[in-house]
Amino acid sequence: MLEFPRWKYVLIILVVLVASLYALPNIYPQDPSVQVNATRGVVVDEALRGRVESVLADVGVDAREIEVDTEAGNMLVRLDDLDAQTRASEALRSGLGEDYVVALNLASTVPDWLTRLNAKPMQLGLDLQGGVHFVMQVDQQAALERRLDAYAEEARAILRDNRIRYQSVDRRADGAIVAVLESEADAARANTLLAADQPALIRTVSDGRITMRVPESELQQISADAIEQNITTLRNRIDEIGVSEPVIQRQGNDRVVVQLPGVQDTAEAKRMIGATATLAYYAVVEGDAFEAQRTGIVPPGSRLYTDRRTGGPVLLNRRVIATGEEMVSAQSAYDENGMPAVSVTLNAAAGKRMFDFTSANVGKPMAVVYVERVPQVRMVDGEEVRSFRVSEEVISVANVNGVFGRQFQTTGLEKQEADDLARLLRSGSLAAPMDFVEERIIGPSLGKENVERGVTAVAYAFLFTLFFFMLYYRMFGLITSVALLFNLIIVLAVMSIFGATMTLPGFAGLALSIGLSVDANVLINERIREELRAGVPPKAAIAVGYDKASTSIFDANVTGILAGVALYAFGTGPLRGFAITLVVGILASMFTALTVTRGIATLMYARRKKLKTLAI
Amino acid sequence: MKIFPLTLIPSNPNIDFMRVRMIAIVIGVLMLIGSLAVIAINGYNFALDFTGGTAITLRYEQPADVEEVRSRLADSGHENAQVQAFGAGTDVLVRLQAEGEQLSVDANTGLVQEVRETASVPGNPATVLSSESIGSQVSAELAERAVEAAIFVLVGFLIYIGFRFEWKFAVVASATTLFDVLVVAAFFSLTGREFDLTVLAGLLSVMGFSINDTIVVFDRVRENFRTVRADPLEIFNRSINQTLSRTIITSVVFFLSVAALYLYGGGSLEGLALTQMAGAVIGTLSSIFLACPLLTYGFLRVTKQDLLPKAKDEAALARRP
Repeated sequence: MLEFPRWKYVLIILVVLVASLYALPNIYPQDPSVQVNATRGVVVDEALRGRVESVLADVGVDAREIEVDTEAGNMLVRLDDLDAQTRASEALRSGLGEDYVVALNLASTVPDWLTRLNAKPMQLGLDLQGGVHFVMQVDQQAALERRLDAYAEEARAILRDNRIRYQSVDRRADGAIVAVLESEADAARANTLLAADQPALIRTVSDGRITMRVPESELQQISADAIEQNITTLRNRIDEIGVSEPVIQRQGNDRVVVQLPGVQDTAEAKRMIGATATLAYYAVVEGDAFEAQRTGIVPPGSRLYTDRRTGGPVLLNRRVIATGEEMVSAQSAYDENGMPAVSVTLNAAAGKRMFDFTSANVGKPMAVVYVERVPQVRMVDGEEVRSFRVSEEVISVANVNGVFGRQFQTTGLEKQEADDLARLLRSGSLAAPMDFVEERIIGPSLGKENVERGVTAVAYAFLFTLFFFMLYYRMFGLITSVALLFNLIIVLAVMSIFGATMTLPGFAGLALSIGLSVDANVLINERIREELRAGVPPKAAIAVGYDKASTSIFDANVTGILAGVALYAFGTGPLRGFAITLVVGILASMFTALTVTRGIATLMYARRKKLKTLAI
Repeated sequence: MKIFPLTLIPSNPNIDFMRVRMIAIVIGVLMLIGSLAVIAINGYNFALDFTGGTAITLRYEQPADVEEVRSRLADSGHENAQVQAFGAGTDVLVRLQAEGEQLSVDANTGLVQEVRETASVPGNPATVLSSESIGSQVSAELAERAVEAAIFVLVGFLIYIGFRFEWKFAVVASATTLFDVLVVAAFFSLTGREFDLTVLAGLLSVMGFSINDTIVVFDRVRENFRTVRADPLEIFNRSINQTLSRTIITSVVFFLSVAALYLYGGGSLEGLALTQMAGAVIGTLSSIFLACPLLTYGFLRVTKQDLLPKAKDEAALARRP
């Protein structure tokens, strides 16, 4: 008859409580703020607070609150509105100089007890908070051609070094490398030598020609490396710009999406992103680097660098052994003892220099220097002054423990260190060129408007529905409305927990999911009415109505979910937000319609002995 | 006269839908042909997402005269600029087509500022609310993926409904869904509004809404075939009538919540809301007038044997709560 197990009540109460808790952070507004981070070697302390206050006082901006976090080495200046945020960030950028990175930020005002429960608000998409969205296309063809050129050049070097005369070694249009030898007799020997040096390539020999092909797996690796390299470079660049929560994602095989919330000046952002990094191998000079740092006197032919990892000084020879442009690949790998290592391949010319250097310097240290050229624009007397800031840091120092040439390994690293070093080496070697293929700028005021519009639309969708139901189904309409409200809360909670990004189409998805979640409830209520008309007693009508409606609800909703999944799979960005809200909305509505409303109805009617009519 | 229970339609409707099934199908076919013709002839006002190029949303201090903005832009060499009012009266959308096979959007940074300066009317300056630039290659891929998504959804429907019901139901449900999407797409073409990404999403979610309606009717048909002794036409009629109130109420409520989106969601969601409103109307009509009638003709003719409970269904039903 009309029964409802106790454990389901407990489940409902639990779900509603947890959902409410995790949906809660979304109602706390975010403060526009400016975050100040120290670059290496500078501290953020209370003294900085004084400087910041005086800079802000000069431009007449009132900070709502200044929080200093000495642990994390950053400082948060909360402001009243977006306009104050813009003015404060400009003032601080010029006022604090280069020792600090100043970033725009939307600071959370969620109370600590919620944060401790890991409850956090949904991320706002760019269309809701303003900012820049770029899509960049990586020129995979160029990356590929560079690698093929390197292979061809290596092949020539091998033939030359072994005194095998050849007419030509050329790249063909189809991606193969063809070596034409002077005499057929040499073919077999050449083939063996090439095979030893370039084991990855597939070779075929026919009458004095050796055709070398790069296998498919290797081609894919080259493409994957090229894009990953670019993403690393971009990340370093964007850290320099100072954006609080940038999104840098790979999209498909050859695109990178970059989203910079709060940034409005695309020209500046593009310049920063277009900056380049290079690297170089140098010999470490013996001598007391600390002494040199203290006195400023360096041994002749050397320069003083800072080690990125230790912050200490290092003396290096001025003569370059190999540069990033000459590097063919750098991979995180494992050495023969199974320890993490980075294996590096240079081109033939650099390999030759490396061989000469290592032959003479076994047991001595060699260092890698990472050079970043960061474009800068400073305002001096109202004039824009453009310049480059070049930062050079030692990223690795290792002892040469044997003679090697083109290929070598850097060992003695932790796994994480090896990964980082490989990534840095790659981003310092010439990455594949990138083109901007899409650019969107959303003004901050528009973002604010979009949030208001979205919330208003969802609220009205909810109210219209509520009004209709109360009128049409009376008591059961009330039950349905409660279910709808739960539904909305559950969707918000799920999206917050999974850290989904809310976009304007996401709001549309919410409004639609309210419209769709009605469906299950209508099916149930209409079924109950039908049973009542057929003369079934009220309690039985409720039970039968629920049971019979559940099949239809299930089938109808699975297809809806299918459509949502397709949208997600084929869509990008904002469309995905729309798809996620739809699917989560449908799932939540199945739960609320079949379980929550039934629980409430049972609570209301099950104990009534003489139930004659239902208000439905 | 009793007010409660409130009903939109009589509680026991007995409309003979099947009598007009021939006419309904003819009208449906005519609508389909008409829709395809409209789409072919009228085409779409494709947004930037599909064409590539640059779009700039400007906000003026006072309501701006679109004609004046257009002529100002034409004078400065942007003859092809499309200018339209957007959302509130103070907002104007300016669109510039991509130059041929333009891949990169590097050149557009200066363009945005130039358009803003050109379009500013003396005494009524414009500020840039948002701007977008998209290379033409990105947009070409997008259209491909949209078609892929639609095919994926249809195939998914075919498989799922074929498994849960029977293949004839699957074919008819997918066909009516496709019909709904095409009619809504044609309607949208007639409005002449911008066809952007959100409209595309709207069309794809129309598929979800329309199949939902059809399945509820089919679900009743399946149930009645198993429990009622009557000829198929009678069963179809009864099923449609029994689900009629639910079909209409759901559509009305759905329409209401989308209307809220249309009224309050702002300019960029109007297109999406329109597709949903049209979808609610067409989806409901097609599930009432087209879905069941199609199951009575030719190779799609459904008989009682088609729906006799199969062992797997029984097992599946038993497992379900």
